Amino acid sequence: MSELVQNLIDGLGQGSVYALLALGIAVIFGVMHLLNFAHGELITVGAYVTYASFTNGISWYWIAPILIVTCTVTSLLIEQVAFRWVRGASDSTLLLTSFGVHFVVEAIFLMYVSASVKTFNRPGWITKTVDIGIAKVEVFDIVVIGVTMVVLALTAALLQRTMFGIALRAAASDFDAARLMGVRSNNVIRGAFALSGALAGVAAIFWLMRAGQATPAAGSSPMLKGVLAALIGGLGSLRGAVIGGLALGVAEVVLRSQLPNAQLQGLSNGFVFVLIALLFIFRPQGIITVGHAERV
Amino acid sequence: MTGATTGPLLEVDGLTTNYGSISALRDATLEVGAGEVVGLVGPNGAGKTTLVSTLAGLLTPVRGSVRFDGVEATGQSPDTLLRRGLALVPEHRRLFPDLTVEENLKIGGVTVPAKERPGLIDEMVELFPVLGIKRDVSAGYLSGGEAQQLAIARALMSRPRLLMMDEPSLGLAPVLVDVVFDLIARLREQGRTLLVVEQNATRMLSVADRAYVLRSGEVVASGTGQDLLADESLFDMFVGRHA
Repeated sequence: MSELVQNLIDGLGQGSVYALLALGIAVIFGVMHLLNFAHGELITVGAYVTYASFTNGISWYWIAPILIVTCTVTSLLIEQVAFRWVRGASDSTLLLTSFGVHFVVEAIFLMYVSASVKTFNRPGWITKTVDIGIAKVEVFDIVVIGVTMVVLALTAALLQRTMFGIALRAAASDFDAARLMGVRSNNVIRGAFALSGALAGVAAIFWLMRAGQATPAAGSSPMLKGVLAALIGGLGSLRGAVIGGLALGVAEVVLRSQLPNAQLQGLSNGFVFVLIALLFIFRPQGIITVGHAERV
Repeated sequence: MTGATTGPLLEVDGLTTNYGSISALRDATLEVGAGEVVGLVGPNGAGKTTLVSTLAGLLTPVRGSVRFDGVEATGQSPDTLLRRGLALVPEHRRLFPDLTVEENLKIGGVTVPAKERPGLIDEMVELFPVLGIKRDVSAGYLSGGEAQQLAIARALMSRPRLLMMDEPSLGLAPVLVDVVFDLIARLREQGRTLLVVEQNATRMLSVADRAYVLRSGEVVASGTGQDLLADESLFDMFVGRHA
């Protein structure tokens, strides 16, 4: 029982980070029909900014807000440099452009920064555990889950209560109709990239606190998890992205701990993919069905 | 808005729009005066939707010009044209189904100052009482008639100087078609300027001040509603009778 609770909390902690990444991917997919394989590059850029901050003696308390700003600005920059030129293009053009951005950013760090791993210190408290009666859980997981809940509540309020949020949802539903109402496509798309970047910034804090290193390919794994979570949840659905992220995190942790021996545990990622494949056989649209298909 | 105070509100001259290699609208010339209700009638595929979509900025013309209030408006984006006072209720309404009735209205008023929006929503609820009752309902759950009223109210939220409607009675039950034409008559009484695309030509011509008949992408006739209704040969040939 205590192991199950422990796994569940550990999984939700892991899944929270995936959920933040998937939500950013879903927001952009909603307004642009772009499955953004360059989303992980925000983490890569964040990783090097963290390394640079650390070597200049800046603490995690400052690095956290710096990461949110960095990822937001980088996301807007990528939109300006790459995606602005292919707005309204076919889905495959958008997809290829996002792959292009992914490889170009990776190559830039490889050529102009370093191919070697740059490490920085993890904060001391992330390995601490706390006894909550029925289980011993990591403080880190509790912080991640708590912060994610606050961020999701803020995002929900932004989307439900503000004119920007309503415009974003309208544009995700029918972009041309939103333009007919006077919604400026530029504002909506840039707003979506900013929101997506800020969410990735929060995810980057936790991802990098655990990783403790920067490499040119640092963004590949978070990108893959984010895209998978968004697909599991039902591409384009914001609620689905969050559910998909949490489900992926829990599935990973539970499988890793429940598989009988070390060899099989090493294959836990493979088992996760088998589960995902099964899900898509029975529900190809993901957990939540997105009805509308009209986008930019 | 600065512009000519005399002359028609909308002047369209030689407008041509292509869909790929097909010329969906050819050399269309028409005008709409302030306070007029103008109909655009013609059979399926005549280019009516292409014409209003081009005027609203959703399609870019290859030739010709559009002037709104005496100022050039050709090829401007939908949001710019809306800010100048030109709104379109698109074909099939295109409401935002996941947004509530109130949110749909708010989006309609995205171009007006925030503090004026609640007053405008109240005005719309007065004009369309059913929208007040269903304020917090998702637009996707509205009936056809309710949805059409919301689509028109949403467009009116921007306080347009010219309201274009594309097939407002399409797909509605006969009793709801009456509701739509009553509504057009009410908007006309309020002195609003309307350009209405309708396949239901008989009904449209009876409420319009003037109308243009389109066929195969061209304007083939124009006149007052009464004149066009009286012209049997023209009417039968180009439009077909509707009961």
